[in-house]
Amino acid sequence: MTAPALPLIEKPAMRVIDLKLWYGSSLALDSISLDLPERRITAFIGPSGCGKSTLLRCLNRMNDLVDGVRTEGSVLFGGRSIFDPEVDVNALRKRIGMVFQKSNPFPKTVYENVAYGPRIHGVRAKGELDGIVERGLRAAALWDEVKDRLHESALQLSGGQQQRLCIARALAVEPEVLLLDEPCSALDPVATAKIEELLLELREHYTIAIVTHNMQQAARVSDYTAFLYLGRLIEFGETRELFVKPREQQTQDYITGRFG
Amino acid sequence: MTTRTPRRLDLSALFTWLTGAALALDLLLIVGLLVLVAVRGAGALWPHPVWSLGLADGTRVLGEIHSREPIPDAETGRLGDAGRIRVRIGNRDVSGLDFRWIDETQVTSRETPRDAVLVERLEWGPFFGFPAEIRTRAGVVASGPDSVWTAFGPLHDAKVALRERLRDVERGAIGDVNHEIERVRLAERRLEREAPPEPARSERAAALAARRAELEARYETHLAELRALREELADGELVLTTADGAQHAIPLGQIVRASQPNALGLGGKLSLYADRIAEFVGGQPREANTEGGIFPALFGTVMMVFLMSLFVVPFGVVAAIYLREYAREGFVTRAIRIAVNNLAGVPSIVFGVFGLGFFVYGVGGSIDRLFFADALPTPTFGTGGILWASLTLSLLTVPVVIVATEEGLAAVPQAVRQGSRALGATHFETLRRVVIPAAAPGMLTGLILAMARAAGEVAPLMIVGMVKLAPTLPIDHHPPFVHLERKFMHLGFHIYDVGFQSPNVEAAAPLVFATTALLIAIVVSLNLTAIVLRNRLRRQLAGRGV
Repeated sequence: MTAPALPLIEKPAMRVIDLKLWYGSSLALDSISLDLPERRITAFIGPSGCGKSTLLRCLNRMNDLVDGVRTEGSVLFGGRSIFDPEVDVNALRKRIGMVFQKSNPFPKTVYENVAYGPRIHGVRAKGELDGIVERGLRAAALWDEVKDRLHESALQLSGGQQQRLCIARALAVEPEVLLLDEPCSALDPVATAKIEELLLELREHYTIAIVTHNMQQAARVSDYTAFLYLGRLIEFGETRELFVKPREQQTQDYITGRFG
Repeated sequence: MTTRTPRRLDLSALFTWLTGAALALDLLLIVGLLVLVAVRGAGALWPHPVWSLGLADGTRVLGEIHSREPIPDAETGRLGDAGRIRVRIGNRDVSGLDFRWIDETQVTSRETPRDAVLVERLEWGPFFGFPAEIRTRAGVVASGPDSVWTAFGPLHDAKVALRERLRDVERGAIGDVNHEIERVRLAERRLEREAPPEPARSERAAALAARRAELEARYETHLAELRALREELADGELVLTTADGAQHAIPLGQIVRASQPNALGLGGKLSLYADRIAEFVGGQPREANTEGGIFPALFGTVMMVFLMSLFVVPFGVVAAIYLREYAREGFVTRAIRIAVNNLAGVPSIVFGVFGLGFFVYGVGGSIDRLFFADALPTPTFGTGGILWASLTLSLLTVPVVIVATEEGLAAVPQAVRQGSRALGATHFETLRRVVIPAAAPGMLTGLILAMARAAGEVAPLMIVGMVKLAPTLPIDHHPPFVHLERKFMHLGFHIYDVGFQSPNVEAAAPLVFATTALLIAIVVSLNLTAIVLRNRLRRQLAGRGV
């Protein structure tokens, strides 16, 4: 089969090349090739089970933690395949942060949640940690809301705050790429709007990939959009173009709500 | 108009009642048991009135009425108003019996004379009588009920102080000297065994002989002091008139306490009660454990439970972490899990036998050969002791810790673990910093269950180091202060021993209840402590009051 034509895009931060992935014997991703442009937001859309989350989880090798997963092809990051046996997967995950569908703060204080990553990677000094925590929370637009509750449990925060805390936690280890797996699916519209606003700010500094079910969201925040269907990349291009005049009939059907 | 629907038998209501009734029955049994133990335990030491009973045959009986039971009618076999009472008459050295059953029809008069005295003695149990006089070597000090009673107080206080000094000399000074002499003896044996070349040998032998002579001289001095104290203690006696008019002399030094229960007001009774409780909880046992205190058993129980916790928690938690976090789920893991669960059902005596064979003879024997060869053939660690008992019990309780910890680990959401991994934390870092802290309440649950089981366990301990009477506590002032090889006493065994193995079961029965109440109180308070700790942890994790 022919890979869909890649649009001419800016400098890529990550390149996915002919990636195939099997869960046991079933093929979940079939020859995916796409580039994540640097400091841009790329959205992965598609119906449930199309493989968009699986693709996202390949990018920081979270799929390693799932039994029976096998991959072929490569994902280039910094000029090197992340599947290279010499790659330190923990160092890789430090550079490629991830935020999950359901907010998953640790049962610790707000401060400890943000300081967790830096501590793991060897930051010990209290002053330095304080600075990192504040910067992380400010970057996630959470600082003003929690600055007086830093030493209260993170589980006390609202759902939207918890999700932004998870973003702050991911940012605290200073990643280059941020992967978000349906970060707003459990949030109300106000909290969703806050996160979208935040993503647009974060685009200044980070390369972002976001999986979303919500096509309006993809249209609102992303610069590029990839449409996946049944494990294959159907179409990938600039968001405006993909939504306004998709090249493929399947894309057209999906974004106009005829299926999915 | 009413429509008739065919009525179905409503089983759900019946079932609700049935389950409710079962629960109510359980609660009733448990509450009944606790109330029985608490009431009889608390009542055991409360001062009873002393009755003077005139009998139909003209004799008099003095004592406490402990119970009454109806007598079945000789013809009809039905229980009527007739009854008999059980009177504690004490004076075992005179009457030979502590208790006597008396038909109520035989009792012609009852009174509670104010000057009746109950004397609790170091030996022979209680004595009931009326004060007659106090004699010392110098002659009669006081006579007549009132003056005897006024004179008795200060004399008794002096004797109590004397007894304390005597015990200090016996247990303290002489104990220390004996300890030193034992060390000299071991050094002599070592010298014999090592047989160093001359002149080192003679030099060391001479030094040891000198040290031994010095210690023996010290021993003699203490012994002389002891003799003088004993002499002083033996002086003086309280003469009491018994109910039938005979006179009986009790050495003042033998009296634990004397009271006139009938003359006491509520305050006096309370203070007597408090005094008895203090002796019971803090004192040494007497008279084959049927009197006096239970402090060594209390201490042994608590110390053993603590030692057991110290062993079982790290061991069980680490095993559970491996099973849940590292081992690949499969046939072997499942088989191990089933085996661990079943281990909790193995009769405890089997663990006791294993502990005896493995810990005491195996490990303990080896330790003796390696480190305590001088003392052999007397075993040091190669015999039952508190260390082996705690280890045996930790084997017994490790399954509950493993199961509870595994449940705690399983309850930590996968999402939280992935959150940690996604930040670049390794599996181990995730475990250490996120999973284990979040599973800590589960571990504490395991500890609570283990402590509850261990504190009540008796059977295996009987063969790995628990004794009826331990001469010394496992902790004292001789280095290394904690003597894990020592034998110890235990409340559970104490209950069995006093209640069923003592020569005077009837007299000891109240103490059995008191000891049981105390054992339950200890188990409950140990558990409550752990539960409070666990709830605080849970609150922290759930985000209230970090």
